[in-house]
Amino acid sequence: MIRRAALLYFGLAGLIILVALVMGAPFTVRLSVEALALSLIALGLNIQWGYGGLFNFGVMGFIMVGGFAVTFISVPVNIEFWGSEGPFMLLKVLIAAGIGALLIMGANRLHRLGASPRWHRSAQVAAWIVAYIMYRSQIDPAAKYIEAEAGFVGGLGLPVIFGWMFGGLLAAGIAYIIGKIALGLRTDYLAIATIGISEIIRALIKNMDWLTRGTLTVSPIPWPVPRPQDYQAFGVDTFNSFVFARAGYLAVVIVVVIIALFLIQRAYGGPWGRMMRAIRDNHISAASMGKDVKSRQLEIFIFGAVLMGIGGAILTSFAQIYDPGGYQPINHTFIIWVMVIVGGAGNNFGALFGGVFIYIVWVLSEPISQAMFINISQFSEGVGWGAIPDIESRSLQMRVFVLGLVITLALRYAPRGLIPEVVRK
Amino acid sequence: MNELIFFVNKVLVSGMVLGSIYALGAVGITLIFGILRFAHFAHGDLMTLGAFVTFILTVMAAALGIVAPIPMAILVLPLAMVIAAGLALGIDKGFYEPLRKRGAKPVILLIASIGVTLMIQGLIRLFSGVSTRSFYADTPKQIFRIDMSFLGASRPIVVTEPQIWMIGLTIIAVLALHFFLTRSRLGKGMRAMADNADLAQVSGINTKLVVRVTWIIAGSLACLAGTMLALDVTLKPDLAFNIILPIFAAAIVGGLGQSYGAIAGGFLVGFAETMAVFNWAVLLRPFRAGLPDWIPNDLSIVPTEYKLTVAFTILIIVLLVKPTGLFKGVSS
Repeated sequence: MIRRAALLYFGLAGLIILVALVMGAPFTVRLSVEALALSLIALGLNIQWGYGGLFNFGVMGFIMVGGFAVTFISVPVNIEFWGSEGPFMLLKVLIAAGIGALLIMGANRLHRLGASPRWHRSAQVAAWIVAYIMYRSQIDPAAKYIEAEAGFVGGLGLPVIFGWMFGGLLAAGIAYIIGKIALGLRTDYLAIATIGISEIIRALIKNMDWLTRGTLTVSPIPWPVPRPQDYQAFGVDTFNSFVFARAGYLAVVIVVVIIALFLIQRAYGGPWGRMMRAIRDNHISAASMGKDVKSRQLEIFIFGAVLMGIGGAILTSFAQIYDPGGYQPINHTFIIWVMVIVGGAGNNFGALFGGVFIYIVWVLSEPISQAMFINISQFSEGVGWGAIPDIESRSLQMRVFVLGLVITLALRYAPRGLIPEVVRK
Repeated sequence: MNELIFFVNKVLVSGMVLGSIYALGAVGITLIFGILRFAHFAHGDLMTLGAFVTFILTVMAAALGIVAPIPMAILVLPLAMVIAAGLALGIDKGFYEPLRKRGAKPVILLIASIGVTLMIQGLIRLFSGVSTRSFYADTPKQIFRIDMSFLGASRPIVVTEPQIWMIGLTIIAVLALHFFLTRSRLGKGMRAMADNADLAQVSGINTKLVVRVTWIIAGSLACLAGTMLALDVTLKPDLAFNIILPIFAAAIVGGLGQSYGAIAGGFLVGFAETMAVFNWAVLLRPFRAGLPDWIPNDLSIVPTEYKLTVAFTILIIVLLVKPTGLFKGVSS
């Protein structure tokens, strides 16, 4: 099995070198950074699905949260906002939300005071309604005011690395809430609930213009390493400046991936990983052995989400722009699933391989199909059938088809992935 | 009175339209879940595919010079439904049946259906481009204005022609499905298999045939729903991908595996969406003079841009409070 994995990794390295020869160095380094960031997210999903058997289809939500976190932390401070009434109004929103949360918590505990189930339920509903009205009555004017006066809240101007950490932290917090709500559900239901929650997150981030600038997008987002412009200021020519800057970024990402891989590989091999696999394979027997299935699953859901949040933050700061409209389930949820399934669920090196490999396939299927279409088009013109119209926009769509084809083929012919999980007896 | 007409137009009519589409989609999803025990994610794209089949047939019929008093799309719809049913059967044969034979878990089938979703979407965009098309490119969409002046309103109730067809055909489809499930031998077999597949097989029900019939019904209903949606708005490659989640919400709210539940769930989600974004302050307008000033002018429950989240919120509440749905659903 190790020989097979080594062969596959050698093949992958060869593929990357081939890409570098054909497409040039700056493109390849960019591709590698994005591929590695996505593999970090794939590792996160591998923890959730491969270790824990949790069916998280809301990956996009965590990636978006990570992106928002790094934007909020690293973008320069917006002086207009801090000089206006905005912070005070936001404080009022926070107080209203806090009172609402207290009300809801109080209503949830009402049965301890001896309220009948019916009273308990109606008090809960009433508390939610009151809390919602209170929150809306504060947030609506505050949002309108901030958007009109200052544009948006702005950032904190802190180093990017803190933004990545905060991305992981924020994703963990959201994962805790989602996990509390949804982890009790069975597989199919959990999948649909997580998709739904990630769509809610997307709608919120997209429309909270006061916080994220919504579809107006935030840019530029700083880098943790010198940018191409900084190299150019020292007299490096454009081509090399891009290579150097992106290579510097790549080095940081490689360090992050290696740390993450080391930690989760250790966790997998240890008693904790064994327990997780026991829960995944048969949660009833694991529960009868005294394992607290529910809180263990919550734990693993949060760990996976941390990696997703960090990966999303890395992607956003690399792109230097935070565009909530650019997030799609296909590009940010389903592709991660394809990475994990094709690479091998339950095997970290499989997920890593799948992450890099599938991203290369995804990116390259566009130019390859474009070349193919141009050839077919020339042929059909030569025979007198006429050319294919809009080759460019059509070949862009081929990636979606190729992704679907890859996953259906993988499920049919290699259901355990290219580098499957090693089961020790 | 105008305010009430506004309410009817904004909430009742559009809720009815949305609900019909959700219901037709949710029935297919719920039937597939009941028989095959997996959440068929590609159902939305089956709807889009059906709409495109109808569109191609419409163009072909127009090219042949066929003229009809009803919209051409409705005329070719039965044929399109047959083709879509065939496509659904083909998809099952090509992608799901091999996995089922291997004894794959329902979760694997769900992932496979996402692969199918991506493939259908890629193919549709490959052949049609990303542009939007309209069934009403040549002929104007007929709009009915029901005069309500006898009630003292100056504004009419507005319904478009495809909306009337949609509501009518939904009722026909639901009735047909009801009679099929309760009166025919095969329909009873389907219900039996949804209850307990093993027991159904031992009692001599041809389960393979039931599976095939399920795909035929699901495919043709998806085609109907997709065509209706495309008639109401426009035809584009991501037509139904965007509404697959509310459809799932409808199916789960009604209880997965329950056909009647899915219909109820579809209308429930549809009306909930339109009611949540409706500005209730409009209804208070006639009494405005007698009301205190602090009541704001915008009393919609959620802002319009959050319309999509309504379905998910309902879904999550139902999953938490009554996980089996309003009608008791089956589990995977």
